[in-house]
Amino acid sequence: MRLLITNGRLIDPANEIDGQVDIAIADGRILACGDIPTEFQADEIIDAREQIVCPGLIDLAAHLCEPGAEHRGDIASETRAAAAGGITTLCVPPDTDPIIDTTAVSELIHQKAEAAGFARVVTLGALTQQLKGEQLAEMAKLQQDGGCVGVSNARRPVKNTLIMRRAMEYAASCGLTIFLHADDPGLSGQGCVHEGGISTRLGLAGIPESAETVAVARELMLIEQTGVRAHFCQLSCAHSVQMIARAQHDGLPVSMDVAAHQLHLTDMDVGYFNSQCHVLPPLRSQRDRDALRIGLRNGCISTICSDHQPHDADAKLAPFAETEPGISALETLLPLSLRLVDDGLLSLPNLIAKLTSEPARILGLNRGHLGAGSHADICIFDPQQHWTVTPENFISAGKNSPFADWELKGKVTHTLLNGCVVYRQ
Amino acid sequence: MMRQNIQFDSQGRLRHFLTTEGLSRQTLTGILDHAENFASVINKPVKKAPLLRGKTIANLFFEASTRTRTTFELAAKRLSADVININIQTSATKKGESLLDMLRNLEAMHCDMFIVRHMQSGAAHFIAEHVAPHISVINAGDGSHAHPTQAMLDMFTIRRHKPDFTALRVAIIGDIMHSRVARSQIHALNILGVPDVRVIGPHTLIPPQAEHLGVHVFHQMEQGLRDVDVVITLRLQRERMEGALLPSEDEYFNSYGLTPEKLALAKNDAIVMHPGPINRGVEIDSTVADGPQSVILEQVTNGLAVRMAVMSLILGRGNSVDSE
Repeated sequence: MRLLITNGRLIDPANEIDGQVDIAIADGRILACGDIPTEFQADEIIDAREQIVCPGLIDLAAHLCEPGAEHRGDIASETRAAAAGGITTLCVPPDTDPIIDTTAVSELIHQKAEAAGFARVVTLGALTQQLKGEQLAEMAKLQQDGGCVGVSNARRPVKNTLIMRRAMEYAASCGLTIFLHADDPGLSGQGCVHEGGISTRLGLAGIPESAETVAVARELMLIEQTGVRAHFCQLSCAHSVQMIARAQHDGLPVSMDVAAHQLHLTDMDVGYFNSQCHVLPPLRSQRDRDALRIGLRNGCISTICSDHQPHDADAKLAPFAETEPGISALETLLPLSLRLVDDGLLSLPNLIAKLTSEPARILGLNRGHLGAGSHADICIFDPQQHWTVTPENFISAGKNSPFADWELKGKVTHTLLNGCVVYRQ
Repeated sequence: MMRQNIQFDSQGRLRHFLTTEGLSRQTLTGILDHAENFASVINKPVKKAPLLRGKTIANLFFEASTRTRTTFELAAKRLSADVININIQTSATKKGESLLDMLRNLEAMHCDMFIVRHMQSGAAHFIAEHVAPHISVINAGDGSHAHPTQAMLDMFTIRRHKPDFTALRVAIIGDIMHSRVARSQIHALNILGVPDVRVIGPHTLIPPQAEHLGVHVFHQMEQGLRDVDVVITLRLQRERMEGALLPSEDEYFNSYGLTPEKLALAKNDAIVMHPGPINRGVEIDSTVADGPQSVILEQVTNGLAVRMAVMSLILGRGNSVDSE
């Protein structure tokens, strides 16, 4: 398959390209960017006039529900949704069922994703066996044979600080990046919303800011001691961002990301018990949201992820605390992120870097760039197309979104994976 | 999605009673005035009013409460409604039936009103959002969120003793953090124009940013009780010791128990209230609970009139007590 993408505005932050450049694709790779060889014969020409052409998005956190929760969605349905959202690489945390603490589970996920063919899926291996926080998982094997790109205990806090220290030391000796969800389980307790005026008003158990910041502080001390490369996932608090930014300034090998919804919603959006706003970590205050935005602007937060968690309808139909946390977010990741450009927070190339080259760097993947010879994972979108979020029309099996009826701008028109069109509007 | 206050129907009349928050002074005063009419009916030899004849009211209690259920049942019967009691801890949802499935079944029995008590905050809102259009929901207590009829019977009791809300100082003592009663009282007191609403308790029992509810926070009884007109003590749940919120009942009583000495800090004519059931010697001394300033038993009596008022306002929209 030989493709030519013409007339589009190519934004390839890794190669510092922003301009009208045509791309020739052959055999799954970029043959040429600009200066298309005259003898190149395309099987298909995509006219990307008034559209943006960029590397396929890379999402650091997406739950695909398979194996273990196929009633909510599966790898085929969710990678198809990813393709519709312009995402070509997804990273899944290890809290599947069974857990990714053996190479077999990781291989199964890779195979299913390849068979479906909509997006590349990479896995994080378990940090501890069964994510119980007791014994180390076989990290080296998970990395070498299972193809895991990092290790994580997902949202199951490692309570014992000594185990966390050992896990970091071991991960460091494997050269693995550890992905951390900062949460002190004693402090978060049974909480389901941000502890503050809203939890007080609604009488819901709150999750205090300290549930995150105490854990961030502990992990930072251990990172300093062990020298492991660490990535903090889906932060929610202003103070966490400050502490990690200071650690970066001091030279620690730490990075962080934020979920797109945290940049647009606050605990106020919970209103009168809107279960679509039940997420973990919880939506926090306006001050926290603003700090996350500023962290993104000044570069200490390097990536925006979807934190995709599809649910069946029943999971959100119960009194608030009994509902499942999470948002079906693959199809809104790009337009919600583009809002930050309209809000004057980031330039478009800078934003695209946070969705492509930056997450690729954190995962250690040779993706997220479009130079000659690169894999042809490409997202083409119309930055001016307005649309109304209608979760019922999501391709994802999960229709759970707090953004229903939001007017968003920016719609993916084509997604290419290894040079093949996997989504077309 | 809930954007407007779902407590009102399209004509702006009260359809559900879920929380006192966000209601107008006019609405709350209307309930209190209406309850005055029923307070006199209760004292008549024939205690029934035929206002809700032919209506069916279902008590859905997901959390046990004999007292509250009984007053709602009695209020409904005094209004000539049919009542069914469904004790749900022992039935449906335990068998895996979803809350919504169960509601659909009850709707099919042609109920007109659900009285809901549930251990989860927001349960009454959830049910109100999903019931058929002909059904009204009264919140009889949801988690730590709201208990609006209790708050209204307390307002009714206060008004009978202190008619001008705008001249009052009210102190609520105890476990504000977990109290749906306190939340509903605080909203109601603010709406009715009380200029100084206070909460008194240790840090561990005062929720964060409580000031945003419209209260002054005190941690010492000596300061908080000074010159108040109304003292409301809250029941202290035994479980609070386990969560490291308090060291012991004994220490709590020493610091926050309402004794005659502490009550003396309030105004001479201050009234003492408690939503019940009382833990004597934990949150309140017996001499105070049974003393001349206590209106605790009046609260129980008034509960009936207030619940009759709310039910008839909602179900008999438009009818007045005197019409039959």
